[in-house]
Amino acid sequence: MKILVCISNVPDTTTKITFTDNNTKFNSAGVQFIINPYDELALTKALELVEKHQGTVTVINVGLADTEPNIRKALAIGANDAIRINAQPTDAFFVASQIAEAVKSENYDLIFTGRESIDYNSGQVCGLLAEMLALPSVNVINTLDIDNGVATMERDIDGGREVVKCNLPMVVSAQKELAEPRIPNMRGIMAARTKPLKVVDPASLPNSTEIAVYELPQPKAGCKMIDAEKAEELISLLHNEAKVI
Amino acid sequence: MAILVFAENIEGIYKKSSFEAVSYAAAIASTTGDKVIAASLGTVEGGRLEELARYGADKIVNASDKKLDVFNPQAYASVLAQIAKQENATIVVLSNTYSGKSLAPRLAVKLNAGLVSGVITLPETSSGFKVKKTVFSGKAFADVEIKNQVKILALTANSYSPQELNKAAEIAEFSASFSDSDFASQSVEVKRVSGKIPLTEAELVVSGGRGMKGPENWAMLEELANVLGAATACSKPVSDMHWRPHSEHVGQTGITIKPNLYIACGISGAIQHLAGVSSSKVIVAINKDPEAPFFKAADYGIIGDVFDVVPKLVTAAKNLKSSQN
Ligand SMILES: Cc1cc2nc3c(=O)[nH]c(=O)nc-3n(C[C@H](O)[C@H](O)[C@H](O)COP(=O)(O)OP(=O)(O)OC[C@H]3O[C@@H](n4cnc5c(N)ncnc54)[C@H](O)[C@@H]3O)c2cc1C
Repeated sequence: MKILVCISNVPDTTTKITFTDNNTKFNSAGVQFIINPYDELALTKALELVEKHQGTVTVINVGLADTEPNIRKALAIGANDAIRINAQPTDAFFVASQIAEAVKSENYDLIFTGRESIDYNSGQVCGLLAEMLALPSVNVINTLDIDNGVATMERDIDGGREVVKCNLPMVVSAQKELAEPRIPNMRGIMAARTKPLKVVDPASLPNSTEIAVYELPQPKAGCKMIDAEKAEELISLLHNEAKVI
Repeated sequence: MAILVFAENIEGIYKKSSFEAVSYAAAIASTTGDKVIAASLGTVEGGRLEELARYGADKIVNASDKKLDVFNPQAYASVLAQIAKQENATIVVLSNTYSGKSLAPRLAVKLNAGLVSGVITLPETSSGFKVKKTVFSGKAFADVEIKNQVKILALTANSYSPQELNKAAEIAEFSASFSDSDFASQSVEVKRVSGKIPLTEAELVVSGGRGMKGPENWAMLEELANVLGAATACSKPVSDMHWRPHSEHVGQTGITIKPNLYIACGISGAIQHLAGVSSSKVIVAINKDPEAPFFKAADYGIIGDVFDVVPKLVTAAKNLKSSQN
């Protein structure tokens, strides 16, 4: 089985978000970048699948050279090789079309993305990529079993779960129960140094959206404290003052 | 020109988020002068189609093919693309639900459209076409400009209140054409949690953290939620320890919610947790530690033991509800 895992480079979850240039750019100064948590789960699941069914796992990232430490980390976790499309990603459409262009003749059996990236939260790459490659897609999957080229998955739906079946090849997006992240061991880290990381030039393709300006949430005006002895007052405040119940 | 809005139904009943989307489309139309076309897919119970007119549709396109009774992202995207083309839609509105998220990107490719997911405001059109969306899982917002001629907006639940406009709408039947690949993925079984308000759409949420000490103590949170008509949620460690299902985990690596009221019981208020809930209109923090960071992000706070405080809230909420009936 030939598997591709799309990985995104995102600010660590503890990052305090700030902006520069009149709030038009994300301030990456001092920010630690990690593999998007959902993409890391996708990678683990992909490794579990090749351990069971044999095959290879390739990771792909659209990013500039500064994403290479995280690509190497993916190789240390166990991916066989990596591709970096050398471009600054501008939106999900740009990322998906670059990946589609780079892999369209590679015939992967299975392509993973994360459920969404924790920076731009669009959750679009799975569906975009599938449509561009004319493949089926199933998003937010929590389980995945493959038997004779047929995938059976359980995906999140609003207010429940759905069991879905689909023939490979296909594109899926990973939700949190799909796998447990793996910590790279020393042997993995050593091996990663010499695993192939191919850098390719981006195709000249447009983006379709652009961030004009960022904004931070308004700080709360202050917290009104209610005495624990008179906790019931909260209910009347929520009813009469905040008018939410 | 037209604004197409996808009104999703579950087993023939429209979701609340569908009415939000229809009203949102009607609000855009009131400034652009476009017609609002609501698309309904699959069998819908008698008389319900008209509900879409109540919330602002000028025309209802009813693709009632039985094949569409169960949601399928590929088939739905291809039918919506056919309707969008027939109606010359330049804006397509849908809900940013799990189903919306799975079909919107496919639709965007089919229509060569620019897609923004997680939209929380009406578009700003004075220079270009911009909408605001949540980024960094709720830690910030971004105004995103869409450059394509056709635009798709996936609206966050609870961002726009449904408005009753009571229009008189024409209902047009639509017979969709399918290709085999539209049904490449097949739904085998749908397991809906019945009798519970889905967290993703809930207006009121009662949430518990590690301070609840164990799963056996959730009964009082569920009781409070029941009395208020709220959904229940939890912090990440709580679902990691399997005290609660993963689907209730809110925060940067869980789901991001935007209810009118979020009551946090025994949750410290870590940055990753706050990211997922800080867009809530009103936040209540209940924590025995006066230094808990949640108090900085809350509108109302109670410093105290959840095991003393929550039962008092249950009693008070019951009294309020019985005085309302
Ligand atoms: C990569 C990453 C991603 C993460 N993503 C998320 C996420 O999406 N969502 C999330 O929630 N967390 C996330 N976290 C974890 C986050 O950092 C915190 O550890 C977590 O939110 C803490 O959960 P808690 O508040 O329930 O528990 P604790 O931090 O243990 O806090 C429990 C609180 O309960 C209070 N308490 C205890 N007993 C009582 C009592 N009897 N009465 C009243 N109060 C009491 C305590 O004072 C304390 O404030 C993430 C962490 C990482 C590293």
